[in-house]
Amino acid sequence: MTMTVTGAADDVRTAVPAPVPARRRRRWRHRGAEAAWAYLLIAPTGLGLAVFYLWPVLQTGYFSFTEWGPFGGHEWVGLDNYRTLAADDEVLTALRNTVAYTLLGLLGIPLAVLFAALLNRPRLRGVSVYRALFFLPVVTMPVAVAMVWRWLYNGDYGLINYLLSLAGVDGPHWIADPATALYAMVAVGIWTSLGYNIVIFLAGMQSIPREYYEAASIDGAGALAQFRRITLPLLSPSLFFVSVLSVIGSLQLFDLVYVMGGSGQAARANPAFPRIQTVVHLFYDKAFYTNDRGYAAAIVMALLVLIVVLTAIQFRLQKRWVHYG
Amino acid sequence: MAEPPRPPRGGRTATHVTLLIGAAVMVGPFLWQFLTSLKTLTNATRVPPTFLPDWRWSNYGDVFELLPFGDQFLNTVLMTAARTAGQLLFCSMAAYAFARLRFPGRGLLFGVFLSVLMVPPPLFVIPQYEIMADLGWLNSLTALIVPGLFSAFGVFLLRQFFLGLPKELDEAARLDGAGPLRIYWSVMLPLARPGLLALGILTVLWSWNDLFWPLIVNTDPEQMTLSAGLASLQGQFQTDYPVLMAGSLLASLPVIVLFTVMQRHFIQGIAFSGNKG
Repeated sequence: MTMTVTGAADDVRTAVPAPVPARRRRRWRHRGAEAAWAYLLIAPTGLGLAVFYLWPVLQTGYFSFTEWGPFGGHEWVGLDNYRTLAADDEVLTALRNTVAYTLLGLLGIPLAVLFAALLNRPRLRGVSVYRALFFLPVVTMPVAVAMVWRWLYNGDYGLINYLLSLAGVDGPHWIADPATALYAMVAVGIWTSLGYNIVIFLAGMQSIPREYYEAASIDGAGALAQFRRITLPLLSPSLFFVSVLSVIGSLQLFDLVYVMGGSGQAARANPAFPRIQTVVHLFYDKAFYTNDRGYAAAIVMALLVLIVVLTAIQFRLQKRWVHYG
Repeated sequence: MAEPPRPPRGGRTATHVTLLIGAAVMVGPFLWQFLTSLKTLTNATRVPPTFLPDWRWSNYGDVFELLPFGDQFLNTVLMTAARTAGQLLFCSMAAYAFARLRFPGRGLLFGVFLSVLMVPPPLFVIPQYEIMADLGWLNSLTALIVPGLFSAFGVFLLRQFFLGLPKELDEAARLDGAGPLRIYWSVMLPLARPGLLALGILTVLWSWNDLFWPLIVNTDPEQMTLSAGLASLQGQFQTDYPVLMAGSLLASLPVIVLFTVMQRHFIQGIAFSGNKG
């Protein structure tokens, strides 16, 4: 957090001699030398980004107007890919699923606020232990997470269905059942990112001056009123940040679907797969499994549009509810 | 610490109970993973399930039969180390220049860097793959490492950090006759330690756990990373869950251990990137 920054800066300030009189100040002899050093220092990352990131984006845009032959090589087909895409059930379903993941994934935010608020209670014991436990899934390899949950969700031998059976409920084949697959995946997504969101919210809450609460409680405001009138408004920049990240992350969901739903033949054998396939998974399938790279490029361009639109909406809406101190 | 303002009103027990339930849901899956990893397949698929394991440690040995786990472990370590070292060096160089040096086109160039940050990774990978194929780098450590050496996010994060350091520092060092390179290396870098640590931790985390890129470029099992190797097991054959649980535990353990040891820095790094990014 900022704490570490100002801490370092303070140490420095005390160690630095008093400012030098202006006439003794000397700049590097040549302004040009300073610029030359700057370009030199920027060059490695600058070139790397240009070659591996900037140029590829433009190329992907170009590829989306081409069709790839089975033995490499591609030809310009104009808007054909986009026309096919607009009528392609597989793409539309993946888009719909992705939007559903994104919206349902936002449910993780109130949950994280709740836990952060509990952890922020004054003089609570064991905060760092709780925080570490909630954070564990964040540092765990997503592939491993997906495998564990696949096992937990297993319809015949899974722990979840066993626990449900104790309550007399006959659990479904979670990720193989079209009715439940999407929700089961969303739950894992929320579980995975909960700890990250809690850390962000807790840091935000801890930066709210205690005096505000003091003043409010002198005025007779109860805990709930304090939460609504002080915590939520002052937390709104963190809420905004987390919701933007959550939307961008959900729109690019891949790892979970790849491991839990399978890919290639395995995916096609899963009856629930059409219900959980995401845009990025479909992109991967087209680009690297069926080698239909022009079409894949068009799919991922559609994703870009979706991300830009949803993020722009969020930035528009923030003016109404985000308060910057 | 100032004395908390109000005596916590009731519900201390309720708070702990809620947090404990939450914590159980977070840790439970890992516990089940561990217990399953020590069972025989027969006992793992018993209905109702047995809870106590059979202490079948040989499941962990079987992981190495199922996958070239040693090779994949080494690939993951090397990829993570190289990407992290590269990003710390290259990003801090660029970040220093953007934050502390004056040169024509600074704003424009930084804007271009930022624009990379806004683009979702899938938009890069087809051309990146083509580049790797053209250079003959597919199925090699080089392919795993090279694009990950450069990061717009790292530049952005460290620039924020360098901007927070006092101006007098450069001036004093310049008076002593230090050039930009000396100032970057001997003055700025040591002071930016917390920022470098934050970027380093995030890069280790993301590299170790990365699936998408390694999956695409390295299809030869010996050249895969752990996450791609593990992912390749799904749906291949009759799933042996105890061995899968052992493998997934082994693969994620290094970062979990690192997190346990450096917990405070992890949390600070995340919170820092959250408040600055």
